[in-house]
Amino acid sequence: MDLTTILIQLLNSVQYGLLLFLISSGLTLVFGIMGVINLAHGAMYMIGAYLAYAFVEWSGSFSVALLLGIPVMLVVGIIIERFLIDHLYKKDHLFQVLLTFGLILILNDLQSLIWGNDTHGVPIPEVLSGSITLTDTMQYPVYRLTVSAICLVLALGMYWVIQKTRLGMTIRAGASNREMVEALGINVRTLFTIIFAAGVALAGLGGMISAPLSSVYPGMGDSVLIICLVVVVIGGIGSIKGAFWGAMLIGLVSTFGPILIPSLASVMVYLVMAIVLLVKPRGLFA
Amino acid sequence: MVEAILKTEKLTKRFGGLVAVDNVDLELFKGEVHAILGPNGAGKSTLVNLLSGDLPSTEGSVVFEDQELTGLPPYVISHYGVGRSFQKTNIFPKLTCFENVWLAAQSRQKTSMRFFRPARSMKAVESLTLSSLERCGLLHQKDSAASSMSYGEQRQLEIGMMLATQPRLLLMDEPMAGMGKEESEMLVSLIKDLAKEYTLLLIEHDMDAVFAVADRLTVMVNGRVLETGTPDQIRSSQQVQEAYLGNEGGF
Amino acid sequence: MYNTPRSITLFLGFLFILLLCYPLYGDLIFGSKSSFYMQKLTTIIIFAILAMSLDLLVGVSGLVSMGHALFFGFAGYVLALISPEYDAANIWIVLPAVLASCAVIGLVVAFLTIKTSGIYFIMVTLAFGQMAFYFFNDSDFAGGSDGMYIMMKPAVMLGDIQLLNLESKQTIFYTSLACMALVYLILRMLLRSPFGQVLVGIHANEHRVKAIGYNTNHYKIVSFVIAATLAGLAGFLAATQYGFVNPSQLGWHTSGYALMMVIMGGAGTIFGPALGAFVFEILHSFFESFTDHWLMLMGTVMIAVVLFLPNGIGGALLEFVRKLEKKPVQAQDGEKSDG
Repeated sequence: MDLTTILIQLLNSVQYGLLLFLISSGLTLVFGIMGVINLAHGAMYMIGAYLAYAFVEWSGSFSVALLLGIPVMLVVGIIIERFLIDHLYKKDHLFQVLLTFGLILILNDLQSLIWGNDTHGVPIPEVLSGSITLTDTMQYPVYRLTVSAICLVLALGMYWVIQKTRLGMTIRAGASNREMVEALGINVRTLFTIIFAAGVALAGLGGMISAPLSSVYPGMGDSVLIICLVVVVIGGIGSIKGAFWGAMLIGLVSTFGPILIPSLASVMVYLVMAIVLLVKPRGLFA
Repeated sequence: MVEAILKTEKLTKRFGGLVAVDNVDLELFKGEVHAILGPNGAGKSTLVNLLSGDLPSTEGSVVFEDQELTGLPPYVISHYGVGRSFQKTNIFPKLTCFENVWLAAQSRQKTSMRFFRPARSMKAVESLTLSSLERCGLLHQKDSAASSMSYGEQRQLEIGMMLATQPRLLLMDEPMAGMGKEESEMLVSLIKDLAKEYTLLLIEHDMDAVFAVADRLTVMVNGRVLETGTPDQIRSSQQVQEAYLGNEGGF
Repeated sequence: MYNTPRSITLFLGFLFILLLCYPLYGDLIFGSKSSFYMQKLTTIIIFAILAMSLDLLVGVSGLVSMGHALFFGFAGYVLALISPEYDAANIWIVLPAVLASCAVIGLVVAFLTIKTSGIYFIMVTLAFGQMAFYFFNDSDFAGGSDGMYIMMKPAVMLGDIQLLNLESKQTIFYTSLACMALVYLILRMLLRSPFGQVLVGIHANEHRVKAIGYNTNHYKIVSFVIAATLAGLAGFLAATQYGFVNPSQLGWHTSGYALMMVIMGGAGTIFGPALGAFVFEILHSFFESFTDHWLMLMGTVMIAVVLFLPNGIGGALLEFVRKLEKKPVQAQDGEKSDG
């Protein structure tokens, strides 16, 4: 492996890691603050990707697709939280797992009912379709850099909201003491709806911006869900910081793993998780 | 001659920057009832948790009957003969009173990794269960679901489970917390009865009860031991008066 | 703890006899489709074994595993890998080998996961299940995503005498039925044993169990290994019945279905999850018979069970019987399974 390849792969792993962080952050937020495990998180990613496909087909513009897609995801999140998740707050995790698993079956089936079982592609928006030259022999696609930039901006934004704003303080307090937040006159009910909807929208956005990179196909949410679970477990459930470093680690492992040890490529990330668990059973940043 | 059954040396527990238990040297004499007094946050419960192994200590050591307990997990310490009851009722609510105590009694078998024989056919466990129930005064309630019993009875059950583990030292963390007058009196007489047979370490807020049952007292403030002595010594101690008892209006 | 009321035992006995006699009345009711339905029933019986084995973890020990299918599918792969290609394997060698390998893998997974609890345990078991899925899905030696075939069913010989011919559908049906009864009895025995009592305590209040002197991790690990081995038995039967194994049998969807069977039937009752397997699979076949989009209906059923029947069919049955018997209040809660 020469230096150029290493550099390209490094860029790829950072880009993949950032995307994983974007999707995982919603999962870990919803768990950390609301105490709910949402297995349908991957299905939200899939819906996002299919929405991007559908809206681009209809309008021909990726930005229009994003502008339409995000509100749709928020509405989906609000509906699911109000009608289903709301019943689960005081229940065992077991029931959360089963209900959201049932939701996956429904959403996967809805997807095949609406869009069929074919694989679709979403073209890279024309403005971003070029490559920039890094060295004489090396180019890197602008779209990938854009995806990284979007994820990075959102990560910083999330950090700022959680650390510096009143809403963030409420969020952090809600994670530890629901009664206290209620005593401060903040409506936890509404707060939870906002957080769940935001989590769904983050997963959906992840699906939309990765649609041009990978194809759009049935069941694409399942594998994303599992990888996100691994990220969240490694980082420590509920920790945004953990999700970030967990995602970066998985990004590195899944990009360089197959090159260094091809025979273990598919199980590499799980081995990393097993090792982390042996050393720190509650994750790196719990 | 008094013989120490448990001894701590420089026992310390820090939570981040907070020192909850600070260099505690404590000696329990065999057969005594030793009460620990102190305002909230003095580190009494933390101390019990260090002795029972529920929390690992930061520094220092615990020795029980020549056996080093420092760093051992709770289940091992239980087998060395240290039993404990909890400040917050800690039982199996859905099981009956009998089943609660049974599980504790069964732990004294060599192993419970036995898969074939029905548990209820073990006569030794049964008799230990029944005698423990009798001792804590719940024999008549043995088939009641634990969750359906009164708060005071649940506290008694807590003690019954501890007794079924055949301990020699009992660590009791506020056994009377939240009890009514009658229930407290009942428990004081139960503790007096237990004192005939066991060494007791007692954390209690109820001053009357403490002075009624304790042979010696240790006063803790801010994680440190302020003074240890007989009830009379503690009552007349200037230091204790100033630091603690004075604020609460004395006796 | 966990005494099944007499009326429910009778009801279960009746259902069992109904299954036992299927070959007698199958032709009369289903005509030419009778043999097809017998195969279906065999499949369901095997799922019932899987669900009961999962109940030891979920309902009894309180360990919610979302990766239990790992052992189910792994057993099939081991059987396929150690069976000779053009010859029948000797069941007295392959069955113990399959069960032992499931126990060993169970031990490894338990060792890695047992220190985690609650939601962590769910996620980590799920992730290990997927690890196994991708391991076999991407493997060259195990046929990748197509899976593997077992050309010849294991031979059940005693010396030169053939005891059972597993090529016969009816023999597989009865073998599976016998295994289901055996697993049920084993689990009931475990529940009554000193070991089972400790598990029940761990489910109710693990902290307290530690305080009275049990190393709870050891008990949880042994419980996990037993459940893995019994799931391996189910996997062995499934692979023998179909003659092939593929990655989806290890996947998390299969684990999710098994978990659903447990909850639908009533966690912690042992018999409940077996009933759950029947209801789940019969609904599945029914939906499948009139629509391609049966998954949507199954998903709806799952959500409905969570919202409206959290104690499952077994829980509802127990409550119904208790109301009928109007037993004095004492000790009812104690017997009630810990859903």
